[in-house]
Amino acid sequence: MTIQEMILALQKHWSDQNCILMQAYDVEKGAGTMSPMTLLRSLGPEPWNVAYVEPSRRPADGRYGQNPNRLYQHHQFQVIMKPSPDNIQDLYLDSLKVLGINPLEHDIRFVEDNWENPTLGAAGLGWEVWLDGMEITQFTYFQQIGGLEANPVSVELTYGIERLASYIQDKENVFDLEWTNGVTVNDIFFQPEYEHSKYTFEESDTDMLFQLFTMYENEARQTMEKGLVFPAYDYVLKCSHTFNLLDAKGVISVTERTGYISRIRNLARSISKTYVAERERLGFPMLKKEEAE
Amino acid sequence: MAKDVLIEIGLEELPARFVNNAEKQLIDKTEEWFNQSRIAYESILSFSTPRRLAVLVREAAEKQTSLEEEIKGPALKIAQDEEGNWTKAAIGFTKGQGKTVDDIYIKDVKGISYIFVTKQIIGEPTRALLPELSQIITSIQFSKSMRWGEQTLRYARPIRWMAALFGDEIIPFEIAGVSSSNRTFGHRFLGEAVTLEVPADYEAALEKQSVIADPEKRKQMIVDGMEAAASNHDFYIPEDSELLQEVTNLVEYPSVFIGSFNPSYLNLPPDVLITSMKEHQRYFPVKSMDGKLLPYFAGVRNGDDYALQTVVKGNEKVLRARLSDAQFFYEEDQKQSIDFYLEKLQRIVFQEKLGTIADKVRRITAIAKALSDMLELDGETLSNTIRAAEICKFDLPTNMVNEFTKLQGIIGETYALNAGENKASARAVAEHYLPVQADGELPQTVEGAIVSVADKLDTIAGCISAGLIPTGSQDPYGLRRQATGVLRILNAYEWDISVESLLDLAEQQYDQFSETEKVQARTETAQFFRHRVTYLLKETSIEQDVIEAVLYNKIGVIPYTAQKAELLSYERNNPDFKPVQEALVRVLNLAAKTEEMTISESVFKTESEQKLYDTYLSVEKAYTKINQQQEARNALDELGRLAQPIHDFFDYNMVMTDDEAVRRNRLALLHNIASLIYDYADLSAIEWKQHF
Repeated sequence: MTIQEMILALQKHWSDQNCILMQAYDVEKGAGTMSPMTLLRSLGPEPWNVAYVEPSRRPADGRYGQNPNRLYQHHQFQVIMKPSPDNIQDLYLDSLKVLGINPLEHDIRFVEDNWENPTLGAAGLGWEVWLDGMEITQFTYFQQIGGLEANPVSVELTYGIERLASYIQDKENVFDLEWTNGVTVNDIFFQPEYEHSKYTFEESDTDMLFQLFTMYENEARQTMEKGLVFPAYDYVLKCSHTFNLLDAKGVISVTERTGYISRIRNLARSISKTYVAERERLGFPMLKKEEAE
Repeated sequence: MAKDVLIEIGLEELPARFVNNAEKQLIDKTEEWFNQSRIAYESILSFSTPRRLAVLVREAAEKQTSLEEEIKGPALKIAQDEEGNWTKAAIGFTKGQGKTVDDIYIKDVKGISYIFVTKQIIGEPTRALLPELSQIITSIQFSKSMRWGEQTLRYARPIRWMAALFGDEIIPFEIAGVSSSNRTFGHRFLGEAVTLEVPADYEAALEKQSVIADPEKRKQMIVDGMEAAASNHDFYIPEDSELLQEVTNLVEYPSVFIGSFNPSYLNLPPDVLITSMKEHQRYFPVKSMDGKLLPYFAGVRNGDDYALQTVVKGNEKVLRARLSDAQFFYEEDQKQSIDFYLEKLQRIVFQEKLGTIADKVRRITAIAKALSDMLELDGETLSNTIRAAEICKFDLPTNMVNEFTKLQGIIGETYALNAGENKASARAVAEHYLPVQADGELPQTVEGAIVSVADKLDTIAGCISAGLIPTGSQDPYGLRRQATGVLRILNAYEWDISVESLLDLAEQQYDQFSETEKVQARTETAQFFRHRVTYLLKETSIEQDVIEAVLYNKIGVIPYTAQKAELLSYERNNPDFKPVQEALVRVLNLAAKTEEMTISESVFKTESEQKLYDTYLSVEKAYTKINQQQEARNALDELGRLAQPIHDFFDYNMVMTDDEAVRRNRLALLHNIASLIYDYADLSAIEWKQHF
């Protein structure tokens, strides 16, 4: 099964579970969780079911395209269901079946893993799902988002697409994975992997990045004060990515690091609060729609 | 007729570490409920897997045990009128209890007669009470719990079904939107839902659905599977009870498999291989009969042996990826020198106010040097210790420690040896982190012990100077554990160094604090250590008063202080010691009345006075010598020589005499003796318990 076929199968499966199929969000981010389609929408009482592929950038994992397992940018397939359905584990296991994974031929386990993202004031409980010893999915019941209690609770499923593909296609090297017939990950991503690594570790303009961080932070704050949650949040994502670039270059000391993280967290927290307040002001429209049905 | 009771809580996969404790809570609480509810039963069994907690009560009575209760009414005086007729009060009382005056009997309570009736409390039917068991389910405590969906209940993981039976009847209740039923669910992939006819079918019904509900049976299956595999392959799988327990709680139906990896990875440090297998993948490492790691591992699948080779292949692939990562780190790390990494330590902050790790290493080295001098080390031991201190943290910036944080020090030792450092210094790099837990293994080499003490003292003195004193359960830098580590090393190595001199040494290294701050911190550090010593002595069953007595003057040299405490704990119960203790304590009490220390022999008036003084002089000389040798018994015996002269002194002399010069002289004599006693211990703090 090619990566493209995997994505199509997962989209079909979750679409059949009434998830809204979204496209990737267009601002750089380290994980699918950071998309506003997850982070903001999992706040508040409104129901929300969504699935999307998210390219996720981890500058510190850049290896110039030379490491068989690590990438500057990998892909996550992200599912959010709020409130978490009672049969969510079965729905998830069914999704493995559509990928051709017959549970009887494998060892599938739910191994405790409590997820926390201090930068976003987010925390949840759940598992890593193991397929024959390999972590293929992060399965989390959100307990807190942006410093606010999650109520009702959303469940988040994050599939590591390359990981899963390396198993399904039985490849040792991520660059050998087939994206679609005759086209490999290497064909599409080798050059950007190399160039982004070189940029991150060698060529990036540190002073400019520090300036950008401060500019993005200020813009996020000013925008939020005007109650414009989504644009403010975009600037928080930009802060976060800029920080990741600086951190990967090793120019942020341990002490400074804590300072930057808490600056981003403070922004994420107040945006979360503002988002819920704005939705409330609008009368939680999606809640009403559900009642009307 | 008695019937069995079954309660099963079906859950999404519980964290393995919660399973045994939750099962225990369930059985304990169930037992308590049956006893309190007066429902007789024959026995209780419990079961647990990652997806279920269950309890089976055999032969529970159909009714509560009935109870006869004696109920006291009004006093007879009030209950009967003069003619002996029952009054309104008596009638009212019996009516209120559902009885008549014919049921009344009379008993005396404390000399006064009262009327009584006996009330039968008829046992309720068990089936009416059993729904209360739902409260037991919700009362199980977990160290981390969560909410799900729209439910408000907090539990370890979501509850998905509950089987609850009394005989063939369902015990009805509802928790978090789930209603109890007579259905249970088998293995996630190998089993299906089954309806239970009666509770006794539980274990067998689940086994048919590929669930081994008894954790001991699962564990045994794993042990048997590993033994069979080991004998097939002619290797052995070292026992690891913790990992075995965890794996038992990760599966409902275990099958052991053996995987292998490329032998070329055996050149990695063994701890890297073990951590990769054990901590990351929950595999059991495999060794040859002569104890060498082999390129195999034992894993446990949650399922049967169908397509087991696919599972093995998958697990081998995962381990291969991990080991190839480790191999890459190992090779990258070897490209740089120790000096390169030491240089990097200048950019890693230890603590904001306490500087970088490089600063810390400088202080550790200075303390280790001073400690070596106190211990009069020389030659290679000295130079190896100093070198160990200089390089003790060099592995922190390596890729390998970044990836395998727990292996700090162990990686350092391997890399130091590769870089041609001497064996003793390399060993000390690993050992200086010991003890890792308060009661963990101590450094085996003197070099490791010295660097360990230096590192820990530096952290404690630094953190306390920076105002980071542990409070309550808050001890983020692990200062308590580290202080305990220091004290245990001092005790084990029997170094003749007082805790006070070590604290001075550590405090001196901090240039960034003012003298006033240092003095303040030094007092707090001593106080902090006193608490740790008290805690440790209590663990050896020494009581508070004796501890206060031996810590009166100072903490001192740890083994000696501990010896004194043990000896005094014995003497406080020893009748033969009574005359000595009385004499010495009497001196302490009187000496408290003076500051005077100057004795002039010419003022002595009596023979007994002179005698006490002469004895004191000879005791003081001998005591000082014995004290240096740290022999608690001999030192106390030496003080004991003062007892008779003290008794005589008090018998023949009046201390508080009107002659001021004589009085002052006598008090001064007592004060000098008291100082000597206090140096040993404040004997007046001890509660003497001699029985005669």
